Amino acid sequence: MEIRREKVQGAVSGPGQPSSAEELRIRQLRARDLLRGELEGVDLEQYAGERVLTTTLDRALDWARSNALWPATFGLACCAIEMMATPTARYDIARFGAEVFRASPRQADMLILSGRVSIKMAPVLRRIYDQMLEPKWVIAMGACASSAGVFNNYALVAGADKFLPVDVHVPGCPPRPEALMHGILKLQRKIQGRPDLGWRKRYGAEGTEEWPNPRAPHDPEHEPEVPIETSILP
Amino acid sequence: MPDPAGLEVIAHELRERSADSIVDTLYYRDSATLIVNPDRVIEVLTWLREDPTQQYGFLSSLHGADYLPHTPRFGIHYELLNMERVERIRVKAMIEDPGYPALPETDSCVELFATADFQEREAYDMFGVRFRGHPDLRRILMPEDYEGFPQRRDFPMGGEPVLFTHNEYTMPRWYE
Repeated sequence: MEIRREKVQGAVSGPGQPSSAEELRIRQLRARDLLRGELEGVDLEQYAGERVLTTTLDRALDWARSNALWPATFGLACCAIEMMATPTARYDIARFGAEVFRASPRQADMLILSGRVSIKMAPVLRRIYDQMLEPKWVIAMGACASSAGVFNNYALVAGADKFLPVDVHVPGCPPRPEALMHGILKLQRKIQGRPDLGWRKRYGAEGTEEWPNPRAPHDPEHEPEVPIETSILP
Repeated sequence: MPDPAGLEVIAHELRERSADSIVDTLYYRDSATLIVNPDRVIEVLTWLREDPTQQYGFLSSLHGADYLPHTPRFGIHYELLNMERVERIRVKAMIEDPGYPALPETDSCVELFATADFQEREAYDMFGVRFRGHPDLRRILMPEDYEGFPQRRDFPMGGEPVLFTHNEYTMPRWYE
């Protein structure tokens, strides 16, 4: 045992690919010792330092959320054709974990406004958005959802952010699937950049809930301070 | 498609039935149009549909139009089709504008052509023409509480101003 330990400390150069078959064997033996609980002291410290990544639960949660966005199946107009093309084999948004289009807003956490929003459709969209569970995000896809585009007339809402908090605007008429995927990647960075914030907090809309939220802090003295990490925001 | 002479024959027949039914006829780019007195439009449509020599049994479209500088201001167009002879004829009723908020009125032809139900609702929605005798005259496309009739020519364009190079000077300091 002692002989092997000396051998180990001399041979192991650090994390990364093992340089030889012998080193690989040594690592395997150390991993076995760890599993048996036989590593102690300096060895254990070194082993943990090489292999364990520490983070906060919130960050891990945001990382998981950002890579498992479930969009709602809701097409508004011609942009919806491009949106339908994104989960296909050619573009394959499953690479970024957003391929599970759900037919129920209760199971979705991302709403893609794919097309023009008419005055009559706006309350419908708002109701669908209210039915989605938090945390939830909205992408305004294309010129029409962002600003009414070429349909700047009596029938349309000029800009979906008049009735919804929009997280990402994707320009284009219509945007290609690659552009939508770029918007989803931007949204992922946004989700990872602002830990544990729901949209109400991000947009200063606390207190607008339709039912009292027991977890919402109402006492300003006990308001948790949330650091805003601007460095990794897009 | 009736030729110009055939159109005149139809107009003559209708004038024989009631003298003031046909205001004018128009033959333009191979399409025949009867411009009728709005009070007689149901009579004319019934005759065109029922008469054995006509048999225009299908109303392929009913739509409104706004000829704003002209009087009478509003037109209601009925596009009729005989599916056996594949002949079309257009019936146009010109209606005076009583001035907002009063709405122009004409007779509904839902009893004659069931398809006119939704199309008259659309004409009411967009131009504000009331159809007397319509079973359910509500807005069909715009929200129920919408104000005004958006396809009228004096209706504002709506939307939001867009900055182009030609109107940049009308929006000073737009970038603020």
